[in-house]
Amino acid sequence: MELTGADILIESLKKEGVDLIFGYPGGAVLHIYDALYQQEDITHILVRHEQAATHAADGYARSTGRPGVVLVTSGPGATNAVTGIATAYMDSVPMIVITGQVPSSLIGNDAFQEVDCVGITRPCVKHNFLVKDVKEIANTIKKAFYIATTGRPGPVVVDIPKDITALKAEFSYPETISMRSYTPIEPVEPSAIEKSVELLLSAKRPMIYSGGGVVLDGAWDELIEITQLLNYPITNTLMGLGAYPADDKQCLGMLGMHGTYEANLGMHNCDVLFAVGARFDDRVTGNVEKFCPTAKIVHIDVDPTSISKNVKVDIPLIGRVSTVLKAMLEVLKKKKQKPDQDALAEWWNQINEWRSMDCLKYDRDADIIKPQYVLEELHKITHGEAYVTSDVGQHQMWAAQFYRFQKPRRWINSGGLGTMGFGLPAAMGVQLAHPDETVCCVTGEGSIQMCIQELATIRQYSLPIKVINLNNGVLGMVRQWQEFFYQGRYAMSYMESLPDFVMLAESYGHCGIKVTKKSDVVDALTEAMKIRDKAIFLDFITDSKENVYPMIPAGGGQNEMILI
Amino acid sequence: MRHIISILIENEAGALSRVAGLFSARGYNIESLTVAPTNDSSLSRMTIVTSGTDEIIVQINKQLNKLIDVVRLSDMTEGEHIERDMMLIKIKVDDSAEREEVKRLADIFRGQIIDVTDELYTIELTGSGDKLDAFLKSLGEVDILEVVRSGTIGISRGEAALQLLSTS
Repeated sequence: MELTGADILIESLKKEGVDLIFGYPGGAVLHIYDALYQQEDITHILVRHEQAATHAADGYARSTGRPGVVLVTSGPGATNAVTGIATAYMDSVPMIVITGQVPSSLIGNDAFQEVDCVGITRPCVKHNFLVKDVKEIANTIKKAFYIATTGRPGPVVVDIPKDITALKAEFSYPETISMRSYTPIEPVEPSAIEKSVELLLSAKRPMIYSGGGVVLDGAWDELIEITQLLNYPITNTLMGLGAYPADDKQCLGMLGMHGTYEANLGMHNCDVLFAVGARFDDRVTGNVEKFCPTAKIVHIDVDPTSISKNVKVDIPLIGRVSTVLKAMLEVLKKKKQKPDQDALAEWWNQINEWRSMDCLKYDRDADIIKPQYVLEELHKITHGEAYVTSDVGQHQMWAAQFYRFQKPRRWINSGGLGTMGFGLPAAMGVQLAHPDETVCCVTGEGSIQMCIQELATIRQYSLPIKVINLNNGVLGMVRQWQEFFYQGRYAMSYMESLPDFVMLAESYGHCGIKVTKKSDVVDALTEAMKIRDKAIFLDFITDSKENVYPMIPAGGGQNEMILI
Repeated sequence: MRHIISILIENEAGALSRVAGLFSARGYNIESLTVAPTNDSSLSRMTIVTSGTDEIIVQINKQLNKLIDVVRLSDMTEGEHIERDMMLIKIKVDDSAEREEVKRLADIFRGQIIDVTDELYTIELTGSGDKLDAFLKSLGEVDILEVVRSGTIGISRGEAALQLLSTS
């Protein structure tokens, strides 16, 4: 039977197991919306701005491991989505973004709501397509999902002109796909596995540095097993938090610019570094000239371009983290050789000495609400197992430091691109994917206003998201840099005319509570957990002078931290 | 160091801009870039001349391979290879002495005069980039109206060939 292009698109999405789409209608996608209207398998979530559609799909993808799907119209619909696409690209999140395009005959004519979507998105997608023939829709969708979800995942944009969605063609969905130009994974050399295990076992001061690749690949069981088998210290990147439980004694917390003293000094002094699904980002390495000066490096990554891009590695292992770790575990278990236990004991002593610095200390006796205190209490109430999204800035770093994630895929934040406005829409995607779980959006009064309109979407779908607004009245991370490096010239880092967030939340039909006293923090959080039919907006008035410590200043090595 | 990277790429709209965009986005040099379909019309062969440190060249190769449209690539400069550039050049030749001299130079460089008017010669010359540069230099004071160069193309010597891997 012949179907219209719009129906073929919807049927193709169903074949891919899509249950949710985030989107916003417009002229170029009206045929697609009409097709959506006439079926019941796929639920469409109507956001209030296309940027939010991409962030929501992103939250859905990060928390489930399945690709998020977005549908937006041509022109401004597509350009509004670009920030979210770039966010997903930087953090390697699988996402399919379907954009409407003006009819084929008008492309290139500066038609109403026309933009060169394939051109604009090219640098921030894993791949993109312009569909020029209705017969190509099914095959293109199959390719899009294949590309988005294999190898190093990423967003794929499919731009479909309006006339193509109205034309008819026979529908048959390909069962499998292979592309001569795309081979996502090649097998790892067994000899490299052997060599890497030998290097790991020879370590006297080992360090495991694991990143977002572990979470993306669902490889946390293998990571935990190898870490515990070796009894080596482990630090997680911002993107890797939760892959190894933060409360375990082997976990040194996060590393990098705002990493812990013990993690950064462990990195700086180690003799063998085992990088697992991490990409030596500049926020992790600090000054690369001073990075891990005495270490031999083993690096697992699915993307060959990540190998020796920033830091030269000694043994690259290109492949899926789970596959490589399994192969290493197999070799490791057969080996008679054990790590040098005396050296390891000495190394742990050294690490525990660094740990005793208690680098995350803050003034617990202060009368004013300290943001760290709110997050510690949130951890206690939710046992470190809630889904926590965040925006970007100080609150993001405090959440990373103080929430202490016990499970993977719970920490949803824009690490690579650093997109303010990410947290609230991302929380929608997470909550829709996990209706019965606790979802918190840790944010600040600056970030939250970048996608605040989504409170309407949250009301429409009755999502019980807990907004934890750490309201210090300033753009905290900007203010912190201005205090440290610009002699306190606070250019544009404060905000006048903040809204009354309680009234704002209530006007959208949510519950709002302003918390000004430290003694009310726990009660407010407890109350928030009880609400199940709408969001609660907790507006915590926190210390505007609090800074994030430790901090490695720009150009510094990992041993050059500013401590409180 | 100078490298010649040859790429087999899907012959699709936008494929060229993916490659060009990669070079500009990551700040890599392009000295020349040529592209045209091969005997298999679904594939284009692209030749890029670039330069950089060894680390950068390795990254360029890896980043190009990562592009979904790139089917295969090879760094010609890693092995023995032949490279060619083509130049079309239009020269003003007013008097007979000048005409003689230019004709003689073209012959020495194995160029061909492919168009003639009362006042102009158009010459076609093929060779390595160095040879074309040398020809331009040898022309001295002659009035050059136009120079068109194809950019470098290259092919490896001997058995090695950049082609689709058999999928059997």
